[in-house]
Amino acid sequence: MAKKYYQPEIETMPVEQLKALQSERLVKQVKHVWDNVPYYRAKMEEKGVTPDDIKGIEDLHKLPFVTKDDLREAYPYGLLAAPLKDCVRIHSTSGTTGKRVVAFYTQNDIDLWDDCCARALTAVGADEEDVVHVSYGYGLFTGGLGLHGGAHKAGCMTIPASSGNTDRQIQFMTDLGSTILCCTPSYAAYLAESIEERGVKDEIKLKAGIFGAEAWTEEMRRDIENKLGIKAYDIYGLTELSGPGVSFECEEQTGMHINEDHFIAEIINPETGEVLPEGEKGELVFTSITKEAFPLLRYRTKDLCILSRKPCSCGRTHIKMRKPMGRSDDMLIIRGVNVFPSQIETVLLNEGMTPNYQIIVDRKNNTDTFDINVEMSQEMFSDNLAEVTAKEKQLVASLKAMLGIQAKVHLVAPKSITRSEGKAVRVIDKRKLYD
Amino acid sequence: MAVKQISVFVENKSGGLADITKALSDANVNIRALSLSEATDFGVLRLIVDDVFAAGNALKESGHIYNITDVLAVAGEDKPGSITKIFTVLAEAGMSLEYAYAFFAKSQEKAIMIIKVADRLAAKKVLKEAGIPLVKEEEIAKL
Ligand SMILES: [Zn+2]
Repeated sequence: MAKKYYQPEIETMPVEQLKALQSERLVKQVKHVWDNVPYYRAKMEEKGVTPDDIKGIEDLHKLPFVTKDDLREAYPYGLLAAPLKDCVRIHSTSGTTGKRVVAFYTQNDIDLWDDCCARALTAVGADEEDVVHVSYGYGLFTGGLGLHGGAHKAGCMTIPASSGNTDRQIQFMTDLGSTILCCTPSYAAYLAESIEERGVKDEIKLKAGIFGAEAWTEEMRRDIENKLGIKAYDIYGLTELSGPGVSFECEEQTGMHINEDHFIAEIINPETGEVLPEGEKGELVFTSITKEAFPLLRYRTKDLCILSRKPCSCGRTHIKMRKPMGRSDDMLIIRGVNVFPSQIETVLLNEGMTPNYQIIVDRKNNTDTFDINVEMSQEMFSDNLAEVTAKEKQLVASLKAMLGIQAKVHLVAPKSITRSEGKAVRVIDKRKLYD
Repeated sequence: MAVKQISVFVENKSGGLADITKALSDANVNIRALSLSEATDFGVLRLIVDDVFAAGNALKESGHIYNITDVLAVAGEDKPGSITKIFTVLAEAGMSLEYAYAFFAKSQEKAIMIIKVADRLAAKKVLKEAGIPLVKEEEIAKL
C-alpha cells in the first residue's frame, strides 16, 4: 500500500494547532525581514507597523501588501533576507514584460520546497515503486526542478526528461514504464495527442499526472484523463513563493490543499485590500512563513480564488483553494469587455476541438482587433470545405455567446502554435506597444 | 468501384502547399490530380495519388491533418461535350455535386473527372446506365 501522506503529522494536524504554528512562525518571520530587509522595514514604517504589533495570525492584516511591482523595483537583491553566501540557487519568472523577478533559495528553502512537492506526489499515489516522469522545463522555471526534488524525497525513480523532444518522451515512457507524469496541462494534452497518433497508448503505464503552471479547465482535465487513461491532478505555485507545491490536489480533486505550515493564505477585495471571510471570492494573498532567503509578506498573487476549510475526505486539515478563476493579469479587456483565456478553452473543448489556441489582440484605427488562432483538428476536418467553414462559423458563434464579443477565428496548422518551456503562449497583446 | 481521394488541411500562408507536396514526393508518391478549395485563411487540398497508403503515412508523419474519402472517377473522351454529358446525366437524376475536378490522362488520351456526390452508389448506377465509363483505383495507380 502506498503511503497516504508524506508528512502525516503535519498534513493532518488539528486546525487549532496548525494556526498556533502559523502564528509562531509569522512572528518570527516578521522579525526576520524587519532585521534583514531594509525595503520591508521602510514599507512597514510607512504603514506605522513594527514587529511588536504582530503577535499572531490575527495581526496579519496590519502588514502592508507586497506586489509584483515591489519585486521588480527591488530586483535583484532588494528583498533578499539571507546573506548571499547562504543562498544555493535562484529561479526566475519568464517575465514577458518589464524586468524579470528573481527568487533566492537557501538549502533549507529548497528542502522545504521539495517536501511540499513530495506531499503533492504522495497525494496522487506516488511511492518507491513509481517512476516519475518530469516533463516540465528544467532551468530558471521552477516546474522541472521543483517536482524533480519532490520525486526524490518521495523515493520515486525520477526521469528528468524536461520539455520538448516528444519522440524521446514517449520512448522513455514506454521503455521505462513511467507511472506519474508531471508537466504543464497543455503539454500533457499534446503528449496525449502524440501518443494517440503513434498508436502506443497500450504501452503506456501512466496512472496519474500532476499538471500545473497554467490555467486549465475541468473539460481539459477530463480530456487528458480520457486520452491518457489516468487521473489528472492540479498543482499550484508561484516562483515568488518557491514554485509548484504551494498547494496541491488530493484524491478528491475538489480543490488544492495549501501547505499552511509554510504559507498563510488570505482572500482580499482586490479594489479595497480588505480581508474577506472564508468562502468569498477575491484575490489570493500569500505570506511565506518559513522561507529564509526570499520571504514574502502578504504577496498579492492577482489570482481570483475562493478558500474553503470544510473537512476533506482525504483527512488533510489544511485549507483548500479552488482552481483560480482567472488572473487579473491574464484577463484581457477587449473593446471594453473582460475576456479570460480559460473561457476560450472551455468553448473549444465543448466544440470538440483541441484546446490549442492563441489570442492576438491589436489596435487598428482606435479599435481593438481580436483574433484567435485555433489549431486544426482531425474532428473538425472534412474534404468538403463548406462543412469546415460551417464548423468554423459555429465556433465563432459559440465564442461570441460565451465572451459577449466577436472574435475572428483562424484555423491554423496542427502544432503550429508556439510553446515555450512546454508552456503554450496563449496571449499576444500588441496593444502594449503603443501604451 | 470507388477511388480514394486524400484531402489535406492547408493553412493559408506561404509554403503551406509546398510542405504537403514535398512530404509526398519525399515518400515517392506521385500526384495524379489535385484541386484546391480555399476559404479566407485556410484551404482543403484534394489529391488523387498513385499510392494512398504511402501518402497517408507521409502526411501523418509530417504532422498534417487529412482524411480519405471515396469519390468517383469518370472517364470522358477528350472531345467537346463529354464533360457536359456527365453533368447532365447526374442533374437529370436529381443528384447535385459536392465538388468536381478533372485531369487529363495522357496514357489513355482521356479526360478523367473526379466527382463527389452525397450518394455515391446511386450516382455510379446512373452513370453506368448512361454508358459513361468509371475508372477504377488500380487504373489510377497505373496511369
Ligand atoms: Zn483532501
